[in-house]
Amino acid sequence: MAPISIKELPRKKYVLPGNPSCPGCPETLGLRYIGMALGDRVILVVPAGCTAVIEGLAPGCSISLPVINVPFASADAVAAGIAAAKEVLGEDAVVVVWAGDGATADIGFATLSGAAERGDNIIHICVDNEAYMNTGIQRSSLTPYGAWTTTTWTGKKERKKELPLIMLMHKIPYVATASVGYPTDFIEKLRRAASIKGFKYIHLHAPCPTGWRFDPSQTVEIAKLAVETGMWILFEAINGKVRISPFSIPYKDRSKRKPVKEYIKLQGRFRALSDEELKKIESMIDDAWNTLLKFT
Amino acid sequence: MICVVIKPLTGNYAVAWAVKLGRVRVVSAYPITPQTTIVEKISEFVEKGEMDARIIRVESEHSALAAVYGAASGGVRAFTATSSHGLMYMSEMLWWVAGARVPLVMAIVTRTMGPPWNIWTDHSDFLSQRDTGWLMMFAEHNQEVLDSIIQLFKITEDPRVFLPGMVALDAFILSHTTEPVDIPGQSLVDSFLPERRQPYVFRAGEPITMGNIPSNLKEHMKMRWDIHKSLEAAKKVIAEVDQEWSKLTGRSYGGLIDCYRCSDAKYFIVGAGAWVGDMREATELLRSEGYEVGLIKMRYVRPFPSEELASVLRNAKGVVVFDRAVSPGSAGPMYLDVVTHLTEQNVRVPIKNVLAGLAGVDVTYEDIAGIVKSFINELESKGAISRYIEWYFG
Repeated sequence: MAPISIKELPRKKYVLPGNPSCPGCPETLGLRYIGMALGDRVILVVPAGCTAVIEGLAPGCSISLPVINVPFASADAVAAGIAAAKEVLGEDAVVVVWAGDGATADIGFATLSGAAERGDNIIHICVDNEAYMNTGIQRSSLTPYGAWTTTTWTGKKERKKELPLIMLMHKIPYVATASVGYPTDFIEKLRRAASIKGFKYIHLHAPCPTGWRFDPSQTVEIAKLAVETGMWILFEAINGKVRISPFSIPYKDRSKRKPVKEYIKLQGRFRALSDEELKKIESMIDDAWNTLLKFT
Repeated sequence: MICVVIKPLTGNYAVAWAVKLGRVRVVSAYPITPQTTIVEKISEFVEKGEMDARIIRVESEHSALAAVYGAASGGVRAFTATSSHGLMYMSEMLWWVAGARVPLVMAIVTRTMGPPWNIWTDHSDFLSQRDTGWLMMFAEHNQEVLDSIIQLFKITEDPRVFLPGMVALDAFILSHTTEPVDIPGQSLVDSFLPERRQPYVFRAGEPITMGNIPSNLKEHMKMRWDIHKSLEAAKKVIAEVDQEWSKLTGRSYGGLIDCYRCSDAKYFIVGAGAWVGDMREATELLRSEGYEVGLIKMRYVRPFPSEELASVLRNAKGVVVFDRAVSPGSAGPMYLDVVTHLTEQNVRVPIKNVLAGLAGVDVTYEDIAGIVKSFINELESKGAISRYIEWYFG
């Protein structure tokens, strides 16, 4: 696939302005990119989470795609059913689950894993804002080590679950990570995923100003810093073969990475982080890279 | 040509045959005893090429109902089945499917809830879901299982209804017991069942939304009211469909309720499910001893046959409602409904609740006859009964 140029992307708005998301919301960015990447082919399955609010109040809806809201732990199964119906009826559709870290890694994990193992023909996007934001910033298994949440007042003591690798070990045809700070990369990955039959998993890093305690104007800057410090690694795995994505390639080299402190210091959730904890995060970054590169 | 085949079928195989004849396109289920042989048989039909359907072999009951909900929302006839703990695990989805007004059919092989683990029949699982907004009916025998599931495809997909529905069949007594069953020909069922109808379909390129937050809470309340109204409207549809099926097959079940020896009866037995067969024999036994007893079989519990029950019981002298489930701290779920609706219909009659057969405890027709006899004797000798809610352990 040729590299994507923003100029060539469709101008149709799939997320309407004036929707009730917080200022600087990363989810509206991600949803827009889905529209740009796949347009009218999408049927969106949305479990409980911020997007249920972003849609706005019925009978209106701020997302101009078919949107089926579903209970928390059911999304991939509902999507599998829709995909089966479309196949039976011979209708073209890309069924996309748009789920947060809770609906993906925690309450929805069995459903996700089940659909992945069965190879249901859907794309699961984990829009990862690293805590339960819709209920008011409680920790999830994807909250990073050291982060404050309303259920971890002195910082989370456990590590972030390595969900993309767990999905890689499901031996599904497509696994990728993406970031709201890199729209062309995400759009390219969405299009590639849609061209593959079977279960596709994309883990979208989504810095949340409300929950991470940073200025709403800095969403994209922080998303980029996550990649530039090596905290978030963009990669893609087709049939299990891992390839580091272009925007992350420079950071294979440890010395090219920005100091993680640049990423941490902009976020209120890490305000109470000690030097010792910071060191631990640095070693976790090295660890994550070393593990991932073994699969390349 | 319309052909009829009589085959020995278990209740579970009768379910599978009905699903095949109903041309269901997507099936999803998670194994649980005693439901399992339903999906095993359907899988066999599909893999042998006798049935054109997709099976989604999910990792839980919650996902089973979620998957068929997705398929049905996507525009095809879909089916699932479960029992007991599986139904409890699905419960959240039951509310969602009814609220979304998506027609869907499910079979519940009724089984006791744990702890302790117990695979035998009672109706606690099924009746605990009565507030969800589904149509709910009990089958008495395997022929009724097959016929009711085919009927339910039509009833649930009727625009006056547009709600999901479930059929209860008792664990082992029906699910694993073989009875002769008339299997109607495919052409007969095709002539009976129209193409799939539903209120909306999710399609790419057609932006609709289901389930986002309401701007007006009264509108949401009206959605619950509308489910209630549609269940009320379903009463007529159920009766019509029963008539229509009867014309095609010669088998009528009376719609919402079925009466046995009611026309000259003064005392009535009310029950639902497989033990209605024993109640028929109990009625015969009591009649042979001179007791003027009739039997009301509750086919549907949602919608609740309020008017139908009242018209039979208006001049009754006494009623015994047998419940194979209990709401601890209150009474049997069916009893609560019977008392409520007879009050609403202005029928005043002594109604006793007998809680029996829970946890699969065996209840014979002699047990039933004995209970009813004591009730009648007490009422006739004292003019009243001492206990309205009674546990019967056999």
